[in-house]
Amino acid sequence: MSFFARFAQNRGALAGLIILLVIIAMAILAPLLFPESPWRMVQRPFLPPFSQDGFPLGTDTMGRNVAAGLMHGAWVSLLIGLVSTSVALLIGVPLGAIAGYYGGLIDDILMRFTEFFQTIPNFALAIVLVAIMQPSVTSIVLAIALVSWPPVARLVRAEFMSLRNREYVEAARLVGQTNRTIILRQILPNTLSPIIVLASLMVATAILLESSLSFLGLGDPNVMSWGYMIGAARTVIRQAWWLSFFPGVAILLTVLALNLVGEGLDDALNPKLSRER
Amino acid sequence: MLYARLIVMRLCKAVIVLFLIVIFNFFLIQMAPGDPAAILAGEAGATDQEFLDQLRERFGLDQPLYVQLWRYVSGIAMLDFGYSYRLGAPVFDLIMARLPATLLLTGTAFVLSLVLGIVAGSMAAARVKKPSGSLIMALALLFYATPLFWVALMSVVVFSVYLGWLPAYGLYTVGAGHTGFALVLDVARHLILPATTLALFFMAIYTRMTRTSMLDAAQQDYVKTARAKGLKPGIIQRRHILRNALLPIITLAGLQAGQMVGGAILTETVFAWPGIGRLMFEALQQRDYNLLLGIFFFSAALVIVFNIITDLVYRLADPRIKGGS
Repeated sequence: MSFFARFAQNRGALAGLIILLVIIAMAILAPLLFPESPWRMVQRPFLPPFSQDGFPLGTDTMGRNVAAGLMHGAWVSLLIGLVSTSVALLIGVPLGAIAGYYGGLIDDILMRFTEFFQTIPNFALAIVLVAIMQPSVTSIVLAIALVSWPPVARLVRAEFMSLRNREYVEAARLVGQTNRTIILRQILPNTLSPIIVLASLMVATAILLESSLSFLGLGDPNVMSWGYMIGAARTVIRQAWWLSFFPGVAILLTVLALNLVGEGLDDALNPKLSRER
Repeated sequence: MLYARLIVMRLCKAVIVLFLIVIFNFFLIQMAPGDPAAILAGEAGATDQEFLDQLRERFGLDQPLYVQLWRYVSGIAMLDFGYSYRLGAPVFDLIMARLPATLLLTGTAFVLSLVLGIVAGSMAAARVKKPSGSLIMALALLFYATPLFWVALMSVVVFSVYLGWLPAYGLYTVGAGHTGFALVLDVARHLILPATTLALFFMAIYTRMTRTSMLDAAQQDYVKTARAKGLKPGIIQRRHILRNALLPIITLAGLQAGQMVGGAILTETVFAWPGIGRLMFEALQQRDYNLLLGIFFFSAALVIVFNIITDLVYRLADPRIKGGS
């Protein structure tokens, strides 16, 4: 069975993929459909949804177009989710690989370091980091990456420990390949499928973290994001529920879709394990 | 005493971790934008150089970095977390005043999510491959993916604004003057919405975990033996499978403590619950870095204490595990 056929067997994963594609399309089409800045005040404030053409989701407390904010926010959420996950992989994969491959004292030191980061409550740490570095896309990406790499390191370490004594690794050692080549060319490619599955779930968590940060007012002040929209509408929730409702649904659907896709990838990449669950 | 030694070891480790966090905090303060003395002077409304220097000297900001670090660390060892100039009180006192509300909220949410999660998870495990089992898992995934602060806001809209059943803000009705049992009842009513919204996310995690763990345990030999003996399926499910499946859930519960703190920050912000999470939000809004880092330290300490407790519970529940390792 082809990779996609195995993926599509999981109907939830297929639905997740479709939702995700719609959200990616939203992000790409945002500048075309709403070329104006989503921060611009374009109508009277508190316009209810479905009441006027051009403002399908109404306007917010300052008369800004909610639909435009939602589309532009898709881009920010996906970007921060992807970039922060990549940075987390760049930290976690090398640490886990070195710890798992060499073992011994290096492993001990690196794992104590990882444990330390895992003990610290990660949302609180992200808040402190963004607050001190001042809110910006860069500081948010860095903070999310810094709190989300430990599971990657642990996963990669476990994979390396189980693979480092396999025959093909011994063979590579016998022909005189350096440790670096063995790590990068022999073992790492064989650990990719669990890393990919974990990464897809991490993008979902990163999007949740980003929205929570910007909900608390720690978003980049120059970009419109879903969390900011909900946070800004928090105090007027009694008069205008829709201002918080639609961005929340957008976050929910994105995170749900990524989780479903992650499960589908798990099924497709590890066909033996997944069926009985 | 095995447990006594274990506790001592875990406490030593906890002290090391907390010490590292203190050093980490110190360097974060150095990174914070602006000269602390200038921030203080700005608050007091004066900006002349002499006054700035006075402030620097008073708070030791004119000393070399290692002296400042030493003062900071030894201060914290004596529970001196600095002073919140915005709120006009020592950071430690502020946190202590807010801690009980947070413990009440997270404790309730923890018990609620654990009980509901284990019940839902075992129901899903017993109904594996049936539509009702799949429905439970779909709901669990939905709760897992929903942003906590959004559920909180939407529950305010539905249960507080629209239906008018439950209070949306605060710990108790201000000005009602309730005492004794009436006060307990009033606080409980205020607790329902925050605790339930905070519990939903964790309930989702425990549901998934319980189901997986029970399906694993169902494959074990002792379950086959129990079946061969002719025990009723309900008894096997409860006595043989569930009891063993609970062990990994205790471990997981310990790991979730950090998440719980994060969730509390968001829920307390929405519901104006007067705990340390809400205090953190206030500190953020006023850029009160001293207070912010103090709360950060305390939240880490809370997580460590909780981890030690779950570790001990785990060892009590599973005598096969020896202390020390």
